[in-house]
Amino acid sequence: MAPLVDISRLKISFGPEIAAVRGLSLQIHEGTIHCLVGESGCGKSITALSILRLLTRNASVSADRLTYRDVDLIRAPDREIRRLSGNEIAMIFQDPMTSLNPAYTIGSQMTEGYLRHRGGTRARAMARAEDLLGRVGVTAAGMRLGQFPHQLSGGLRQRVMIAMALMCEPKLLIADEPTTALDVTVQAQILRLLKDLQKDLGLSILLITHDLGIVARIADYIDVMYAGEVVETGPVEAVFDNPSHPYTRGLLDCIPRPEKRMKGEELGSIPGTVPRLSPKFVGCGFRDRCRFASEICARPVDIRQAPGGQGVRCTLPADWHLNQPEGGVRQ
Amino acid sequence: MNPDAAVLIENVTRSYAISAGFARPTRNLVAVDDISLSVRAGSTLGIVGESGCGKSTLAQMIVGLLAPTSGRILVDGQSLAAMDRRKRAKLIQLVPQDPFSSLNPKRRIRDNIALPLTAQAELSGKAQMARVREMMERVGLRADMGDRYPAELSGGQRQRVAIARALINDPRVVVCDEPTSALDVSVQAQILNLLAKLQRELNLTLVFISHNLSVVEYVSTEVAVMYLGRIVEYATADDLFRSSRHPYSKALLNSVLTPETGKGIPLNILGEPPDPSNIPAGCRFRPRCAAAQDICRVSAPERLSGIGSAECHFA
Repeated sequence: MAPLVDISRLKISFGPEIAAVRGLSLQIHEGTIHCLVGESGCGKSITALSILRLLTRNASVSADRLTYRDVDLIRAPDREIRRLSGNEIAMIFQDPMTSLNPAYTIGSQMTEGYLRHRGGTRARAMARAEDLLGRVGVTAAGMRLGQFPHQLSGGLRQRVMIAMALMCEPKLLIADEPTTALDVTVQAQILRLLKDLQKDLGLSILLITHDLGIVARIADYIDVMYAGEVVETGPVEAVFDNPSHPYTRGLLDCIPRPEKRMKGEELGSIPGTVPRLSPKFVGCGFRDRCRFASEICARPVDIRQAPGGQGVRCTLPADWHLNQPEGGVRQ
Repeated sequence: MNPDAAVLIENVTRSYAISAGFARPTRNLVAVDDISLSVRAGSTLGIVGESGCGKSTLAQMIVGLLAPTSGRILVDGQSLAAMDRRKRAKLIQLVPQDPFSSLNPKRRIRDNIALPLTAQAELSGKAQMARVREMMERVGLRADMGDRYPAELSGGQRQRVAIARALINDPRVVVCDEPTSALDVSVQAQILNLLAKLQRELNLTLVFISHNLSVVEYVSTEVAVMYLGRIVEYATADDLFRSSRHPYSKALLNSVLTPETGKGIPLNILGEPPDPSNIPAGCRFRPRCAAAQDICRVSAPERLSGIGSAECHFA
């Protein structure tokens, strides 16, 4: 089956100095949850924004291919993008307080896009909004429609954002750090809701997060991003069972776990900081922080097959980590 | 009570009067409700709870930024209420959550770090700068960063600056209020390792406040679980994470997403966090508790009786 979203060699730069995304390829298949994971500044949000042409004007975007179904998202007229956004492709953001308008009621914000895309009466749109609020677990949905964002808790606001995104029955939901501002207890509820929506409605979800715990529990496919590139990609089990890129292994090693404290072990850490690369930069973006780096890492590195079946962008032999101690990349 | 306690919190309560709107009577919000705790010298007390449970209010009272409505707090055997600000600054310091808003953007890094030294008037300018250089080296900042401004530093570097500033007066106790929640996981690991190293080297007592249970578990020797202004369970970190007693602690632990595939998303029965200005009668956790019985509706459970106890009728 053809992928729902097909991205090939996407490049996004801001001016002549900053390359935010450096040749990223990614395919989202229908009915799956696809996680894009990485640390701040790796280009994951920029990638998501480019799908709906939401980048600022100083961004220059090029790609061999950037399509949703048969729509070319780079060359399509603005009118076509507007027809898709909020309709077939919906988006939710990290902070539900800043993405809701404080001056309008929940009901009027939820129905605005629906009335625009689908038309019909306001009463019918409100009925649909109430129905969806109930579905995402908002109690007293009818009353909520008349309330303003500040009257709701953080968890409720994020549920409202999700219900709003579902108004036009989208095929693809892009969620950018949807639970980062929430308590762990509420986070689990929101993630469960997203998983249920995927199963019940056949929704495809592109979930952007920095939290590998979330990815392990919810994703079907994962792409690990570093410095504007995908460094490891594949089915979630393959990547977590057998992480093959030094960066992926380093990230996993940074997470505090009970076994480590019991043994009095230090947490692994990745020395240095994320680089800011120029469009002229060639080769592996991780090489300055990687203790296995050699001269060949300064040449372009292709994605190759790792033993677990996933793809990995690294010059090391496929079985390099098998003779590493647990956690592998500690300095 | 406990002679070697670095911090002793005795029956501390903090309440706020909140306005319900024009010409309506004010209500009383009890953010911290009659809490008693002691922190052993050289240990790390972790405090966990959801937003609005009062953990930051408690942190501010421990560093003396906020006075308790009633009760008292002793640091190193001395009452904070009677203490002069300069003296307090030498005894206890805070590492705040957000390294982007806690540093003065118009002062160079070395001046930001040196600020608490004004509590020690006897130190010459030269001696102060020597002390700043020593601290910068300790927290892993290159010496040339002293000339820079906060805006030129990354989040992790700024948090190192905040830690250097907190330690420059050689305090006994450092309170860390969500010190890594604004940071990426690889930077978080660097900061947690740094805090552990400093604690060993300087024999610091740490109070570590976080909503992230995996972080609290990793750094703490003892953990207090807070719910609606009260500590509902107090236990050693090993006991809490192996065999928690309070249903709230169990639910919190259950919500942690460890990076393991195939486990799915935990079923969470807790529902929305409660409203701290409207605390239920009986056991305050009852409305969200799956194991609640009739008795929980009518009577509040017995108070904590020290380490290894939980505030629950059935624990």
